[in-house]
Amino acid sequence: MATRLPAKDVVLVGFGLTSSMLAQELTSAGLQVLALERGGFRDTVPDFAVDHIQDEYRYAVRDDLVEEPERETLTFRNSADQVALPMRHIGSFRPAVGAGGAAVHWNGQTWRFLPTDFRMRSHTLERYGAKFIPEGMTIQDWPVSYDELEPHYDKFEYLCGISGQAGNVGGKLIDGGNPFEGARRRGYPLPPLKRSHATVLFDKAAKELGLKPFPCPAANTSKPYKNIYGVQMGQCTFCGYCEWFGCGNYSKASPQTTIFPVLLKKPNFELRTHCNVLRVKLDGSGKRATGVTYVDEMGREFEQPAELVILCAYITHNVHLLLLSGIGKPYDPSRGEGVVGRNYAYQITSSVDVFTNEILNPFMGAGSLGQAVDEFNGDNFDHARHGFIGGGYIALWTTGGRPILQHQLPEDAPSWGAGWKRSMKENYLKSCSIATHGSVMSYRDAWLDLDPTYHSSYGDPLLRLTFDFHDNEHRMSNFLTDRAADIAKAMKPRSMHVKQRKGHYSIVPYQTTHNTGGAIMGSDPKTSALNRYLQSWDVPNVFVMGACAFPQNHGYNPTGTVGALTYWAADAIINQYLKQPGPLVHA
Amino acid sequence: MRSAAFLIALWIGAASAEPLHSAIERGRYLAAAGDCAACHTADGGKPYAGGRPVPTPFGVIYSTNITPDKDTGIGQWTEAQFYRAMHEGIRADGKHLYPAFPYPWYTKLSRQDVDAIKAFLEALPAVHQENKPTELPWPLNVREVMSGWNALYFKKGEYQPDRGQSAEWNRGAYLVEGLGHCGACHTPKNLAGGLKTKQNLEGGYGENWYATSLTNDVRDGIGQWTLDDIVRYLKTGSNAKAAATGPMAEVIEHSTQHLSDADLRAIGVYLRSVPGRNQTASAGTDKQQLARGQAVYLDQCTGCHMQDGSGQRNAFPPLAGNAVVQAREPGAMLHMIIDGARVAATQHDPTGLAMPAFGWKLTDQDVADLATYLRAAWGNKAAPVSVAQVKDTRDRVAKAAAGK
Repeated sequence: MATRLPAKDVVLVGFGLTSSMLAQELTSAGLQVLALERGGFRDTVPDFAVDHIQDEYRYAVRDDLVEEPERETLTFRNSADQVALPMRHIGSFRPAVGAGGAAVHWNGQTWRFLPTDFRMRSHTLERYGAKFIPEGMTIQDWPVSYDELEPHYDKFEYLCGISGQAGNVGGKLIDGGNPFEGARRRGYPLPPLKRSHATVLFDKAAKELGLKPFPCPAANTSKPYKNIYGVQMGQCTFCGYCEWFGCGNYSKASPQTTIFPVLLKKPNFELRTHCNVLRVKLDGSGKRATGVTYVDEMGREFEQPAELVILCAYITHNVHLLLLSGIGKPYDPSRGEGVVGRNYAYQITSSVDVFTNEILNPFMGAGSLGQAVDEFNGDNFDHARHGFIGGGYIALWTTGGRPILQHQLPEDAPSWGAGWKRSMKENYLKSCSIATHGSVMSYRDAWLDLDPTYHSSYGDPLLRLTFDFHDNEHRMSNFLTDRAADIAKAMKPRSMHVKQRKGHYSIVPYQTTHNTGGAIMGSDPKTSALNRYLQSWDVPNVFVMGACAFPQNHGYNPTGTVGALTYWAADAIINQYLKQPGPLVHA
Repeated sequence: MRSAAFLIALWIGAASAEPLHSAIERGRYLAAAGDCAACHTADGGKPYAGGRPVPTPFGVIYSTNITPDKDTGIGQWTEAQFYRAMHEGIRADGKHLYPAFPYPWYTKLSRQDVDAIKAFLEALPAVHQENKPTELPWPLNVREVMSGWNALYFKKGEYQPDRGQSAEWNRGAYLVEGLGHCGACHTPKNLAGGLKTKQNLEGGYGENWYATSLTNDVRDGIGQWTLDDIVRYLKTGSNAKAAATGPMAEVIEHSTQHLSDADLRAIGVYLRSVPGRNQTASAGTDKQQLARGQAVYLDQCTGCHMQDGSGQRNAFPPLAGNAVVQAREPGAMLHMIIDGARVAATQHDPTGLAMPAFGWKLTDQDVADLATYLRAAWGNKAAPVSVAQVKDTRDRVAKAAAGK
């Protein structure tokens, strides 16, 4: 029997990036806010401190900061004719556990989507016609435009202290920035990071090919910074331990380095850790949430009443919670109906390893230290002759030279023994890699639902992921990989190794933690779970944050857009919902 | 002249600089300036209900309940009794207080200010919480012995303005030498716990941390600080030359950040008049040791403090030219290296940037080498640090962690 607790105005499920942002905004609006986090509390010192964080074995190999599949996982299959099996090791993506969420161990690559990305379906129809969209592809327009999100992108960038070079301020193109980006109201808060030698070589080669390379926008500080809440950050030291690590130098934006110092002091905010939310509770009508139920570390069950329930967990957990709680109609792929679980998408990546004659010093690295070209992203090029939809950026990242996992060897290098050692010695300092970061469209046969076989330790069915790469994505990715190889060749390497993404999607090797969809936002409640303010169509006092709201996934890392959507939703909650609680959009 | 002197007296002792409109509000401000809550509120305890262990070299003393509870607090004290406690260190029942309660400084307060503090305390919610007995050994646990101590070391008397100085200087002296009781930590003490008054504010130990000199010595002191540096430090927790950590961070968080800019400037004006000794120190010259220390520095410290010791403006303090690094006693620096530190988190700078502890991964020799290097690098000049000093600080760190 659950113990009923005193009510709060708002309960936030999870205490990662979107939760911290909302907590800060909603407490400033005067609300009593409670965040429930399944993991523990973590702070820069002592948890990610510089005296021990650069430990590749502990964090990158033994997965110390991410969720443990023996405690929580999902099942996976490529297609409906297979039986899904539980994911028993962390692989393709890395959801986090603990305060700060995945924004602790991310790289800090902080992009905006293109203005045309938000009109994916309409734009494709307008430019290429209806026949251009293949059978089974279920891309949709976003219910919000780039221009509407622009102020919120801006606020998020000034929260994080993004280092970068603007390419388009108020419609005026600026040399050295991304000429394809949507117009921004002002430049980035900090100048770009210092360049690594490898990115300089990439820059030169790309320019020789007539491309317009630019420094990647980075949530790694190029200078000390004080953000919109008065929180201070130190300058990045290029230690090379961003991805899969917490930052010990207060240099990578995370809730710890941008929000916690002000949020955690507020009397109207409460954090409870080691609390796993199992259900959003609905009243008899099923149209109103009364709060959540959760289980604490001791296995005790509690009912936490609240006026407003906001799901801020990782995308798979948000969708899982909606399905378990009966909020919104579950998606049925056989009929293409229902909304919860619909339009799951991912990212398709590939790379070209480059081996040089000169020393590149991989030790100097940062999670978002990179140089990119955007000519082949979104609809920045004419797709008519290619016959596929989508694109991605091509970038050379210098994220670090970690000894165990961050090295490249030529294709013909032995995989063990003296030959491997010799090759490692020859190439460790003289190699780099060009990455492609491709969009993945949404499809009728890629979705999330409840697994009929496997159950969690709480007795609930696990979430089931059914997903594979489609022909459109493979052709797009191969095109991107060829363009990356062009740049690699122009770098005049000693040798190179082209690594296309081939075959079925596999959940085993790490690719990216860019899972999207499952509770998408849209204009029509028949094809979306959330309205344009991330509010549930079915239960208006439930909002859902994160990349689960993306109708499909575009050619950029999602965090910038997740941040912008969160501020957009916070603004709607404070300025519209609180004044008149109820549906903010009438379908 | 008379009216000028009168104005000085008014400025020093009463409400002229403070935008306050009632005795309670004035008392609230004065209680912040006196940092009463630092001792009289226990971690996680009710405000002003006491029970916080106050470590002294002689044993732990627990702060008392000063809420208006009639049985366990000071609800039955008269204004006269309260004034006598502040002015003479004698409780309502006539027994002596220990100077862990800083009556040797509070004695300088005007009656009007003491009454305002009493009015503020009376307006607090009463908390019923029994006081804890001290953990002092015999004979110190017999309070009568304090009359002997007082005869030797305590000088009773309200602050007398120095007419040769400005009103601002006098206000600063009143705050520093009276209500702020800065010397409780920053002035060295003899074995009996009496102040070495001839070395006023030249640095001393408090709560197992070394509190650096507040004199105008350019190395072992704040002689390089401008008036604005002092104001900024006390208001925000850091300035371009230093960041407050340890017990001083708490002083800033609880006390000085709440003071008016006029009062902070007055404190600065007074401190800038405290002469330094201009002691000549010579730094370590053992080249091998300095090389070892530099190696530790490059491996562990440059990420934040930078290779040239310049730190990062608005984030991490410089070590070059830093008074804590060059202090006569290296205790505070060693404390931070061994146990880590957190910068004061204030309304102006809420972050509380922290340095992790390195004591677990550096040997005593490593720490001594590093500290000796820091005291010789980038134009710094202060005596080498011995392994014995590192061991001593490790003891103090352990004591501080145990609240002893």
